[in-house]
Amino acid sequence: MNDLLLPLLLVLPLAGALVLLVVPGSSGERVAVPFGVGVTGLTFAVSVWATAASPETDVQWVPELGLRFHLGLDGLSAPLVLLTTLLTLLCTVYLLRVRPEAQRMRALVGLLLLLEVGMLGTFLALDMLLFFVFFEVVLVPMWFVIAQWGDDRVPGGRVRAANVFILFTLLGSAVLLLGILLVGLRAGTFDLVELADRGGAGLGRTTQVLAFVALGLGLAVKTPMWPLHSWLPDAHTAAPTVGSVLLAGVLLKMGTYGFVRIALPVVPEGAEAVAPFLGALGVVGILYGSLACLAQRDLKRLIAFSSVGHMGFVLFGISTLSPVGINGALYANIAHGLITGLLFFLVGAVKDRHHTADIDVLGGGLYERTPRLGGLLAFAAVASLGLPGLAGFWGEMLVLLGAFRPDPALSRGYYLVLMALAGVGVVLTTTYFVKVLRRVAQGTSFQAWKEAVLLRDATTHELAVWSPVVALVVVLGLWPGFLLDATTPVVHRLLGGG
Amino acid sequence: MTLVYLAVAAPLVASFVGLLGGRLVPRLVVPVAVAGTGVSLLAALVMAARAVTTDGLVERASLDTVPLGGGLSFGLDLRLDGLAALVSVAVTVVALMVQVYSTAYLKGDPRYSSYAALVSLFTAAMLLVVFADDLFVLLVGWEVMGVCSYFLIGHHWEQEGSRAGAVKAFVTTRLGDVGFLFGIFTIGQVFGTFSIDRIVADAALQNGRLACHVCQIAALPEGTITIGTLLLLCGVVGKSAQFPLHTWLPDAMAGPTPISALIHAATMVAAGIYFVVRLYDVFLLSPTTLAVMALIACVTMLGAALAALAQDDIKRVLAYSTVSQLAYMLAALAVGSALASTFHLLTHAAFKALLFLAAGSVIHAVGTNLMPAMGGLRRLMPVTFVTMTVGLAALAGIPPFAGFFSKEAVLGAAEETALHHDGPAAAWTGWLVLVVGLVTAGVTAAYVARLWLMTFFGEARGGVAAHESSPAMRWPLVVLAVPAALLGLAGLPSGWLPDWLAPVSEVAPGLSEGGDVAQVELHVGLVTSVLSVGLAVAGALAVWAVWRRDPAADPAAALRWRPALVHAFYVDDLYDRALVRPVRVAARAVRRVDDDVVVGGVTGTGRGARSLAGLIARTQGGNVTAYLTGLLAGVLLIAAGVVVLT
Repeated sequence: MNDLLLPLLLVLPLAGALVLLVVPGSSGERVAVPFGVGVTGLTFAVSVWATAASPETDVQWVPELGLRFHLGLDGLSAPLVLLTTLLTLLCTVYLLRVRPEAQRMRALVGLLLLLEVGMLGTFLALDMLLFFVFFEVVLVPMWFVIAQWGDDRVPGGRVRAANVFILFTLLGSAVLLLGILLVGLRAGTFDLVELADRGGAGLGRTTQVLAFVALGLGLAVKTPMWPLHSWLPDAHTAAPTVGSVLLAGVLLKMGTYGFVRIALPVVPEGAEAVAPFLGALGVVGILYGSLACLAQRDLKRLIAFSSVGHMGFVLFGISTLSPVGINGALYANIAHGLITGLLFFLVGAVKDRHHTADIDVLGGGLYERTPRLGGLLAFAAVASLGLPGLAGFWGEMLVLLGAFRPDPALSRGYYLVLMALAGVGVVLTTTYFVKVLRRVAQGTSFQAWKEAVLLRDATTHELAVWSPVVALVVVLGLWPGFLLDATTPVVHRLLGGG
Repeated sequence: MTLVYLAVAAPLVASFVGLLGGRLVPRLVVPVAVAGTGVSLLAALVMAARAVTTDGLVERASLDTVPLGGGLSFGLDLRLDGLAALVSVAVTVVALMVQVYSTAYLKGDPRYSSYAALVSLFTAAMLLVVFADDLFVLLVGWEVMGVCSYFLIGHHWEQEGSRAGAVKAFVTTRLGDVGFLFGIFTIGQVFGTFSIDRIVADAALQNGRLACHVCQIAALPEGTITIGTLLLLCGVVGKSAQFPLHTWLPDAMAGPTPISALIHAATMVAAGIYFVVRLYDVFLLSPTTLAVMALIACVTMLGAALAALAQDDIKRVLAYSTVSQLAYMLAALAVGSALASTFHLLTHAAFKALLFLAAGSVIHAVGTNLMPAMGGLRRLMPVTFVTMTVGLAALAGIPPFAGFFSKEAVLGAAEETALHHDGPAAAWTGWLVLVVGLVTAGVTAAYVARLWLMTFFGEARGGVAAHESSPAMRWPLVVLAVPAALLGLAGLPSGWLPDWLAPVSEVAPGLSEGGDVAQVELHVGLVTSVLSVGLAVAGALAVWAVWRRDPAADPAAALRWRPALVHAFYVDDLYDRALVRPVRVAARAVRRVDDDVVVGGVTGTGRGARSLAGLIARTQGGNVTAYLTGLLAGVLLIAAGVVVLT
């Protein structure tokens, strides 16, 4: 039974998507969301079970291509798999009551299920080509979600935003594929477990550097790393709430996960050569993202730029090549997924109610007219700025600690400078979040909002969707061992440290 | 240790209950908030009683060990000792008084439930700092306290002053805290652990406070320790509002007055000092850091006292006096006496909480913070008048009130270092602290006299008929007046304070006391007493002489440098020009760059690549089939590649 758990994780949402495809139109519209809740709920349950059992599946898939269907779940992937199934479940539950203007729920739920297949596959794959296939599978449903259900009032329109998104990531993927092929063909295998065990043995230094650059560029587009980030703000501003939540909560993590799962263990020498550049770009992303946030006017765009900063932390952590820094990167991955997912839910709720996310048009007074929504926004902002005691802190702290004592092969002085700059980024992050709260949540409401009858506070349904995320942010903040106990051994193994 | 858990958990639970259920069951808000802090106080009292009766009480408990990778880890560790027990009593007494007082002060406030819950959370966080035995655990409490103070300062978020004050407080302390975090890294690296107990034991062996006959003592790198302690000092300076990060505290007075009493007088600002006391053995290893502390303390002490002399807002006078008094504590640490520092911390907690609550009572009655609109309140508010007089006398260092003894202990320690320098602190720091401390004592008495005279004497200048406050506000004043008056007498002569404050470690067997290398005993010196009281009387008399000529006018109006003092030497304006504006310009620049260059550039590259590849040429129109073709092409490419090459 355990052998089938992981394939089941992929088959469940895939079958769900197919069922929605064949169900006739009118009844399909009606049952789509409850059906989606059922499927994603079941998938979540299976993922919890699988985490407890930590199984592995390895069968021949396309022998001619050397393509193996090798799936596995370990301390590295399990947290991300759980994050994926949880957020997808919450998104479908959210759709029960809160529906995008474009309706057509059957198609939307089907696409979300398809998206889930791609996301889970990426995290479960232990074969580079399989990883790549799932990495690509994600693009199409996300394009549709943005282009069909998005907000058309963004500059350039939602279709342009969706196109920019897919264009960037496809270009990235092409480079990623080159890197994968280079490694796979030189090494003679695409199997990640075997490649990680070899630790780059048999690959020349030039090959490793080239491969790392190619892999890194492909993954960095998805992450996104400065200066390849410019698809992100547009995509987020246009995407519907559920799209934004999954995009920020899960899709971005596929890039950083790829770094830790593939790029570091497979071509360690290449990583060593390129890491200083990766670190510098990560830190530039932190500073750039937070400065951009200080001057943003659109709330969704602001959260998108804050993602650039937070993912900069993750990249910076990876670039230290030290167990502490990578642990931090993984922690920050999960924390960012939860916190930014929550932020997009909240900002989406604000936008649904006001039909705008422009900070100047919204004015102040969210605490006043919707206290629960305002309070939750304050909570999410405080979590996102990395307050100790909430999930966001440990990732950032470990990344900085990793930079304080990077891998011995790297220049310590250089990383200390980067660490200090990242510290400036921490202060700037604090500044823009309290500034947002000051402009949106505090103060008094404009007359127009006071008169609007439809401005309800967070509903019980919304609170039910958000509360698991809030609870996890607190739990991961107070009990960091929960996650670190799982990731630490895997990180050590991948780095060859035993 | 059960008592420690109880003390921390009770207000924590109270805050969760208040935050989640406060709006649903408003009747429960007051009982829950008061009970949470009350339980904490009881636990703290029992612990303190045990600490007094048990010589060298130390208990430790570890909830979990968290691996960080690369062999590093930290523990969710707590520790109970005499120092922690004593400070926890001070924290919980003040917190309980504030909770009780707030029930009346914020009566009818629609946001009272979240307010009370945040005060509870704040109390829990401070107690976590007090009992933490690991630097990261301490940091959690440290920062949660910071965010609670952000929310509480911004309680009146309809007002611009509150919003700005909250932002400033949070961002300024965060700035210091980044340095603090890096300091934790550095100290952790030097000692190979983040456990406070082990760090202090190692440092104490190094500086000679502890001796060990069975273990080998490896020399610790002084340079790294200096860097580490200076970085930690950044956080301390931010939290305890010392120059150059002091500017947030006066602006934080926009919060409700009980909050000023709790956060900005007795607890949060004290956390910085408490932290140095906790790690004092480490700080003693670096004479450079001690000298920097002395300089910071002296600049802050005198500068803040002068600024207090010219403020019209009664709360701002008290805020600057807090900054100045905290500088006394830091100065005591700089000249080698953690005991004098702790002593002043405790007496200050009592009399400053009293002063803020009394000021709140006055503000509640007259409806303004401005002293020029007060006057003549002595007969209208007798309880407030008497209790506030006690607090002011303690602040001014008039014997036999508490502040006199603790300030004397600080000056005595400075004198000791100046004359018989044998510790790590340099003799010149002793002289510096002594001279500046004496001058500041005179200035302190002057601003105290000004506040006292302008508020309570002369003719009533306010339009509203003032009246004495309700019992829930009066009783906390009376309760706090007792330690403000007597804590010095009780604490100093009997000598019990020094005995059980000396931190002892149980970490390694074979440790013994190595003698009094560092600690300077508490004492009241004749010369310093006469000088400080004399200067205080002179300062007060000078103000009185000016005031007597025209009781309706501001005695500070005669000062030639008044504008500079009112603006606290224009430090805020300097920061605005040197930091705030450049960041704003940079942010705008980044936004412009992102709109034009990056998007344009990358889209341009994309366009070039597209036309070259020709595979996905029609993507411009959003043609989905083109994307799918692209994907398929990718998969085909894999297939072809694998087939051809294998």
